[in-house]
Amino acid sequence: MSLLSLFSRKASAGVARDRLQILLSHERTTTGRSDLVAILREEILAVIAKHVTVDRDKVQVKMDRGESYSTLEVDIEIPLPAPVKMAV
Amino acid sequence: MAKVLVVTSGKGGVGKTTSTAALGAALAMSGRKVCVVDFDVGLRNLDLVMGAERRVVFDIVNVIQGDAKLSQAIIRDKRIETLHLLPASQTRDKDALSAEGVARVIRELREKFDWVICDSPAGIERGATLAMRHADIAVVVTNPEVSSVRDSDRIIGLLDSKTEKAERGERMDKRLLLTRYDSGRAARGEMLKTEDVLEILSIPLLGIIPESQDVLKASNLGTPVTVGSPTSAPARAYVDAARRLIGEKVDLTLPDDRRSSLFGKLFGRRAA
Ligand SMILES: Nc1ncnc2c1ncn2[C@@H]1O[C@H](COP(=O)(O)OP(=O)(O)OP(=O)(O)O)[C@@H](O)[C@H]1O
Ligand SMILES: [Mg+2]
Repeated sequence: MSLLSLFSRKASAGVARDRLQILLSHERTTTGRSDLVAILREEILAVIAKHVTVDRDKVQVKMDRGESYSTLEVDIEIPLPAPVKMAV
Repeated sequence: MAKVLVVTSGKGGVGKTTSTAALGAALAMSGRKVCVVDFDVGLRNLDLVMGAERRVVFDIVNVIQGDAKLSQAIIRDKRIETLHLLPASQTRDKDALSAEGVARVIRELREKFDWVICDSPAGIERGATLAMRHADIAVVVTNPEVSSVRDSDRIIGLLDSKTEKAERGERMDKRLLLTRYDSGRAARGEMLKTEDVLEILSIPLLGIIPESQDVLKASNLGTPVTVGSPTSAPARAYVDAARRLIGEKVDLTLPDDRRSSLFGKLFGRRAA
């Protein structure tokens, strides 16, 4: 990216785009459009299921929108003692 | 096979009615039998934009409630023989449209016309979902501006879930019509760029309609812009969009939103 395009990114349209991308990736979870959070949740579930047996409902994936960045919160409840699967 | 098209947006005032009239007229000028249908019950405007307001006798609610036959309510355009209008009612309440009634009217219209173009009301309520219910193809009208893009995203979600096509497990054909596009403001970085809107909504682009006085003039005169000022920039953009709808390959060059460059780039940071 050139210096010049860095400058034009500062124009309000760039801010608008960034805000929209964050907002919509959040809204699509609640309104049914497939999106990042839903995809992430499925893939995280798949990875975990390879090693530990967990209840699907005990895996929470949440995107928190911030001003300059978002945080992805992944909360996985693993029962004790963890029923570890043996790697094949 | 008739095609049912819905012109929808979520947000109000973005250009649905203007686009319905302009696309309908353009398709009719190419010889197709077209009926534009006003679904904005209580706030009908398509009759005005089409210049047919004084010829409305019966409307879609009369047809649905059995007070008139479809053929009595349909108004034939005075300029283009193959163009027709089914008006909305102005006075009765919004619940006057029953789901079965709409289904029946659309079924009848499919038999009579090549294209049935439904002008959706704004919002995501019943009126909007009824208008999109039977569509084969959706034109999502969007202005390059945050709230319009957000609402379009909502509408795309509804098109993918609340339509007959979606319920049958088929993919709804959705096209983005970017309207009221101001290249000067885009170049100054004040307006969302076309490629950004496309990336965010991720549906194919049907056309870009420039902001233009000709549109206002056309609605003042009650003439779709594609009929009244066919050589104007918005009319040409609408005609190209209509040709894409019937499957023609018409080149579309994305506007270079950074065009008025040096100034825009050097002072871009000051754009509000
Ligand atoms: N390309 C354009 N250039 C300039 N003005 C435009 C353009 N497109 C639409 N307008 C104007 O914007 C206003 C709203 O347009 P229109 O009625 O078509 O929107 P709408 O989406 O149907 O609104 P509603 O949601 O209220 O039904 C009108 O005054 C119209 O003339
Ligand atoms: Mg309208």
